[in-house]
Amino acid sequence: MIDVADVWKSFDAGKIAVLKGVSMEVARGELLALCGTSGCGKSTLLSLIAGLESLDRGHIRIDGRERITEKEKVALLRKEVGFIFQLHHLMPDLTLEENCLVPVIAVGGNMAAARKRMRDLADQTGVAHRLDRSVRELSGGERQRGALVRALMNDPHILLADEPTGALDEENREIVFSLLLDLVRSGGKTLVMATHDKEMAQRCDRVLHMRDGRILPA
Amino acid sequence: MHIFQMILTNLRRHRVRTLIGAAGIALGVATMLSVVGLLGGAVKMFERILRSDAEMVVFEKNVSDLFFSNVKIEIADELAQQSFVKSVQPVLFAIVASPDRPVVTCFGIRPEDGRLQKGEWLQGSAESFRGDQDGIVLGERAADFLEAKLGESIELGQQKYPVVGIVRMENGFENGGVFMPLKACQDAFHKEGVASILAVALAAGAEPSAVKNWVGERYPKLNALENDEFSKSYSQFKILKTTAWVVGGCAFLLGGLSVTNTMILSVFSRIKELAITRVCGFSRGQVVMMIFGESLLVSMIGVLLGWGLSTGGLWLLREVPALQGYIEPRVGVAEVIGATALAALTALFGAVYPAWYAARLKPASALRFE
Repeated sequence: MIDVADVWKSFDAGKIAVLKGVSMEVARGELLALCGTSGCGKSTLLSLIAGLESLDRGHIRIDGRERITEKEKVALLRKEVGFIFQLHHLMPDLTLEENCLVPVIAVGGNMAAARKRMRDLADQTGVAHRLDRSVRELSGGERQRGALVRALMNDPHILLADEPTGALDEENREIVFSLLLDLVRSGGKTLVMATHDKEMAQRCDRVLHMRDGRILPA
Repeated sequence: MHIFQMILTNLRRHRVRTLIGAAGIALGVATMLSVVGLLGGAVKMFERILRSDAEMVVFEKNVSDLFFSNVKIEIADELAQQSFVKSVQPVLFAIVASPDRPVVTCFGIRPEDGRLQKGEWLQGSAESFRGDQDGIVLGERAADFLEAKLGESIELGQQKYPVVGIVRMENGFENGGVFMPLKACQDAFHKEGVASILAVALAAGAEPSAVKNWVGERYPKLNALENDEFSKSYSQFKILKTTAWVVGGCAFLLGGLSVTNTMILSVFSRIKELAITRVCGFSRGQVVMMIFGESLLVSMIGVLLGWGLSTGGLWLLREVPALQGYIEPRVGVAEVIGATALAALTALFGAVYPAWYAARLKPASALRFE
């Protein structure tokens, strides 16, 4: 369970207030869509949940525990949270397989087992035949599917997705989003997805709307 | 897939940048090994000249260079009479110019000095080198650059000397030098009745302290040292060795700047990638390890290039006839280990700022970085 309580976040020494007292709860296994226009604070909220940013005020608890220290935040990213972005952010000079194994290197995990998991995930996302290719050789849809595989490599129970299909064409958008939903549902994972695509948001369990750093009442 | 593979990939994809960084270290290593090798070789050659068959050296106290040392020949003869001494050979060092060469090293020795017997006589024979005549013996390289043959006379300083032999010496200095009868050498350089050093061979079972005591009591202005003591204490050797390491160290400083520059470029050009590794669970320590690993690898490539460069450069230098056989580089294991350790240290220091910067990156901000 993700518990966000009265979270405030500003940038530029307090001059730009991005989140202004955000509170929300996400149940384990729930698929939550955060909707809102650009700049409303969706991405910042995801970064705070993942421990990528420090909050100014408030609390974020995952399974009842707040992650404050650097060590706790690293552990959160290694085991509990997977992150996918609007842009794939794969490393261009590595192959897709090497990219997918980066999270496993981080945890120092068993490579043989990791490769098996990677092939399974790559099979499910339809990029198994592209694993040995350099990222430069992949299409936009394949790259984003690769990023999805990478996010799931350490089997996190929470997936944070920041406009995961925002950079794709219509056909790929549907393919990637369907895969994302399938993998999250079949794995019993929690999804928090920032999007401004209302149609996709409706396919999640719940939708929260944000505006000007606040969550709007339902 | 391992973190090492990521390090390799990062270096491989920016080959030019990697090579420029490695080149900085390579120049540092090459400079250090070459200078240390050349000067170390020169020191060793000079040590061998002093040693010949002797265990000890007697010379004038408080002279900055043995060329300025004056030891009376009578002392050599007196010392040779002592029971703890097997033999004493006076040697007079001098430098003279010939019409085509500004620097020719001369060794004034007695015919009974063992060093000429050790050489391979190419022309002439040891018997023709006589103490009461002016005939000189040339080292093989000296004969080459002086273009001298047996029986000809060559001009050295103010006089002409007949060449009575040409000998191939193992020692580079000696092979590029001129052996003159001691008396002729004293006359030529206005050093009548003196030698630069006395090379003392001990009698069987004799202790070096016997010579030291004898010299100390009778001739307090002279010094008697065992060869190793002399090597360690001779100021010229110290200056040469210190110079070598200082020059090498400076070269390494420049190499370090090159590595720092390479690593800064490397970090700044992939800020987003570093942020992604953090999002994938890399700790700050792992990011730092990756940057230090890259820097060390660049450095080790530099060590290999530098080692090859210095080996090739020294080989070429040794083949240059104009260097008169003075080049006998000695690059030992200690020098290679020293240069490698310095390169590794340089790499680590060079990577401190880039690694610190990379570790402090905030992933979310870095992913917004354009």
